[in-house]
Amino acid sequence: MRLLVTVLFSFMTFFVFAQEDLLEELEKVQGEQTDLTLQTFKGTRVINGHSVETKPGGALEFIISHRFGTLNSGSYNLWGLDASTIRLGLEYGLTDRLGIGVGRSSYDKSYDGYLKYKLLRQATGAEAFPFTLTLLASTQYKTNKSGADEGLSSSDRMSYALQALFARKFSSGFSFQVAPLLVHRNAVDQELFVNDLIALGLGGRARITRSVSLHLEYYARLNEKEGNPNHDAIGVGIDIETGGHVFQLVFTNTVGMMERIFAAETTEDFFDGDIHFGFNITRTFQLSKKARESGKNW
Amino acid sequence: MRIIFSALLLLLAVSNTFSQRYMAEQGVISFFSDAPVEDISATNRNVTSIFTAATGGIAFSVPVRDFEFEKKLMKEHFNDKYMESDRFPRSTFSGTITGFSMTASGPQRVRAQGKLTIHGIVKEIDVPGSFEVKDGAIHMKTRFTVRLADYGIRIPQLLWENISEEIQITVDLTYNPK
Repeated sequence: MRLLVTVLFSFMTFFVFAQEDLLEELEKVQGEQTDLTLQTFKGTRVINGHSVETKPGGALEFIISHRFGTLNSGSYNLWGLDASTIRLGLEYGLTDRLGIGVGRSSYDKSYDGYLKYKLLRQATGAEAFPFTLTLLASTQYKTNKSGADEGLSSSDRMSYALQALFARKFSSGFSFQVAPLLVHRNAVDQELFVNDLIALGLGGRARITRSVSLHLEYYARLNEKEGNPNHDAIGVGIDIETGGHVFQLVFTNTVGMMERIFAAETTEDFFDGDIHFGFNITRTFQLSKKARESGKNW
Repeated sequence: MRIIFSALLLLLAVSNTFSQRYMAEQGVISFFSDAPVEDISATNRNVTSIFTAATGGIAFSVPVRDFEFEKKLMKEHFNDKYMESDRFPRSTFSGTITGFSMTASGPQRVRAQGKLTIHGIVKEIDVPGSFEVKDGAIHMKTRFTVRLADYGIRIPQLLWENISEEIQITVDLTYNPK
């Protein structure tokens, strides 16, 4: 009798065990994963300056940026639309973390090139990390031959920028970036400007819908000389993402689309209404289909 | 004494047959969205599943982040905009398989019934599949269709990547005794 009870009891145990949530058991087997935080910003630019984002390995981005004249230039100039500054650029992801870019801007007829490396990546789960750190090194060369730039030597035409971009995606609705920047210009008017300008870039993204977000960006110059005539660059923008495209409609007081110009050479005052309407349009092409490993390697 | 011994032996035999678990790791789930502009497909090779032969109980766990696309940007959009994988990191299925026999040879037609959880939304499903026992391992395959709207996955109108309202899901797993 006791035997029967035992056997019956064990049968029951097995059935209960089998009915128990198999999912829980699975989760134990799987353990916890590390999930990299995706899309802190949708584009590689916040407004004028870079964001922490780099292109994934094998992806090429074509970026067209426009800044029109100022809104307060009146109806005669169609509120600035008659004038335009343009930058055409390409950025390629060598790996998921290392990007290389080139561009040409009509401002000062400048060429620029840069390397961008995602050193640390925000992640949740097993190996959680609180923020992303991207390093940017860029160089610019102005070829403009008219006006004050006439007869400049090659080295006087060069400038360099180094930037450390720290950003955290606090939630799917809000990201914030703090980005100290150093711009070195080989030749400046020593009365008014410094060769090595330090600026602090602040940028934020607030989601409005899944595809549309509001961007703000501010670059504060920290060591400019007394009496210099320039202003801090301020920008407000709407970011619209549609699959392989990102459209950024921006309002800013600078026509600079590279570090040297917007950080050091913004001549207009946002609060006087010297605001340029403009846009950045990007198109991403996946060039190499064998997407490179996104694991722990570089 | 002998009675107790044989009872224990019986118990052991019973437990072996009835609680036999089968595990599948690195199972494959892929999906396909048929659209006029661009077909979109993705494959996940990191699916884990457990199957109990005695009861037909089955469970799947699918890490959403592990779906690999041809274009990396698609993967980011898939996770960030559609699946919201930071909030819902896993899709799961838990239910039962009916109509199988562990002793029959060749492919068998079976049904899977249970709860499918995608994007945090739970739906009862009932899908056909194929089941085959071979050299102690079980091969399971199924293909079924999921309506995105049923799981609260909305496609923004702005999006230029055309995504169809229904996507086809293919499951292919091999279970080994645990």
